[in-house]
Amino acid sequence: MNQSIPFNVPFLAVAALIGIALYIIIFKRNLIKVVMGIGILASGVNLFLITLGYREGGIIPIYTHAPAGEMVLPVPQALTLTSIVIGVSVMALMLSMIVHTYRHTGTLDSEESRQMKG
Amino acid sequence: MDSLIVQAPILIITIPLLGAFLTPLISRASEKARNIFVVGVLVVVELLVLLLARDIYSNGLRIYTLGASLPDLTIPEGYIVPVRIILEVDGISIFMGVITATVSLAGAVYSLQCMKDETGQDRFYTLLLILVAGMLGLEFTGDLFNMFVFLEILSISGAALAAFRTRFADALEGGFKYIVISAIGALVVLFAVGLLYAQYNLLNIGALAKVMQYGSVDKIALALLIVGFVIKAAGVPLHMWAPDTYAVAPAGTTPMIYVASLVCQYALYRICFSLYGIVLDQVTVGWIVIIIGVLSMFVGVTMAVIQTDIKRLMAYHAISQAGYMFLGVGVGLAVLGDAEALAAYGREAINGGIFHIINNAWYKSLLFLTAEALFLRLGTRDLNKMGGMGRDMKFTSVAFVIGALAISGVPPFNGFTSKWLIYKSVYQFSPILAVIAMLVSIITLASFTKAFESAFTGPRLPEYRDVKEVPKSMLVGMAILVAAIVFFSLFPGLIVDRMISPATDALINQATYVNAIVGSTP
Repeated sequence: MNQSIPFNVPFLAVAALIGIALYIIIFKRNLIKVVMGIGILASGVNLFLITLGYREGGIIPIYTHAPAGEMVLPVPQALTLTSIVIGVSVMALMLSMIVHTYRHTGTLDSEESRQMKG
Repeated sequence: MDSLIVQAPILIITIPLLGAFLTPLISRASEKARNIFVVGVLVVVELLVLLLARDIYSNGLRIYTLGASLPDLTIPEGYIVPVRIILEVDGISIFMGVITATVSLAGAVYSLQCMKDETGQDRFYTLLLILVAGMLGLEFTGDLFNMFVFLEILSISGAALAAFRTRFADALEGGFKYIVISAIGALVVLFAVGLLYAQYNLLNIGALAKVMQYGSVDKIALALLIVGFVIKAAGVPLHMWAPDTYAVAPAGTTPMIYVASLVCQYALYRICFSLYGIVLDQVTVGWIVIIIGVLSMFVGVTMAVIQTDIKRLMAYHAISQAGYMFLGVGVGLAVLGDAEALAAYGREAINGGIFHIINNAWYKSLLFLTAEALFLRLGTRDLNKMGGMGRDMKFTSVAFVIGALAISGVPPFNGFTSKWLIYKSVYQFSPILAVIAMLVSIITLASFTKAFESAFTGPRLPEYRDVKEVPKSMLVGMAILVAAIVFFSLFPGLIVDRMISPATDALINQATYVNAIVGSTP
């Protein structure tokens, strides 16, 4: 891993993921797609955290007696791990709610399944 | 006793969390044992919170460093920055703690008989206790990432509770909206935490505040944090989820989900005052908060007037009342840099805003509980289909009247005291804002008069001939909140001196908060 990453590709990817995710969440009416949008948003933020902690040519931060050289930052990795776990539970809860909604209304369209207005 | 107080911050969070996962086990033995256990856990939490509150209001803030040999050893030997997770409980945190513990206790007692016929009650109480742990954790933590974690804990459990009655399609819709909006809000917060970590390699609020430079990245982080927490606090224009979610949440959980939104409002103030504080562009941010407040007040109350669903009506009033808090604290924030104006009316404005938080927690929660009582007995939330319930549900109607008078700011109820503080101080800042606030208060009274008349007065409707007063546990849940309202109405001076002023000081004096973590060492 001594080759450097050209430009700021990871950060561009973060921007692209978050942009796509926000587009999906705002403009898509299918509930499953909204959930997918939130999944993509979470991935974008996680990628951002990981990229923050990356140090060029760094080694993994798991040694007590580390070999010479810079380590990548361990804290963002811990944060990302936590965030992924939370993301999974949010996703599971949302999907189970969608299953129940579908049983009631027979549709996944957020406009058609809507009960409350105003 | 002393060591109990030292350990209290972490106990207050872990007891409900542990209790949550023991609940399904105890539920296997018997339902009664489980009910006693859940209420017992919440009583213990309440007592610990009150004990800790007494200590903090006389001796100042408490630090608890997780995993350290001594609880106040914030910076481990050989380090120059705090690396451990630190709980920092000061005047405003414990103030929110008292609200959370009391409303949760009332909500849980209320739920006992209200949820009696539902399925999956063990899961209901598990979620309820997790929600309590999430709220208390968010209040006590001094660590930004921890804040995100507790925010997610309260969002997930809150959404699951809101959608708990899956036999209603609208419950699922309310829960789904809540989780979607919470997930987005929390990810926005996480992104901001990442930005701040990239800048300073720190996550502790106090340590971050010490080195905060307020560069452009910090401003972006601030904007994201404000958006994230305003979404969760249901400030207009980010309030769309609130009426749907509050309307459908079952039994005693509506007040708790409402308190969760107040807790997120607290997190917003914590960020503005303690994390940014002196470096903040106070006038701009203060005005942003004020504008959110005025919009919330006005849009909330005008939407409330046209509602026919009693819980949606109350939910819109909840948004409108949150506007008063934003207005009060926002005015204080706007003059934070101006010592003269701060002493003249800024402090009083924050006092009013914070006082309004606790008053609202009591009477808004009470109103949500009375609405749920009507829903349990009548099976409808539609005001047009109700009538004449005052004869058969005497206690509920008295509780409703007390709540309605308090929320409309009729003297001598507690809502009047905090609104008066807000009017008086905001008038000195900008008369037009005070006039809007008074106008909103009048519309609130009108709207509640209408709701009372539809539900409780008039002739007894034939289809509700057999309606009885709600069971005892629900009455006890309401009585706890009525007692709180009466107490706060009788002794407003005492409350302001002993509780509200220390909480305001905790917000204004950023240095106290920061120095407790990093000390006076450079």
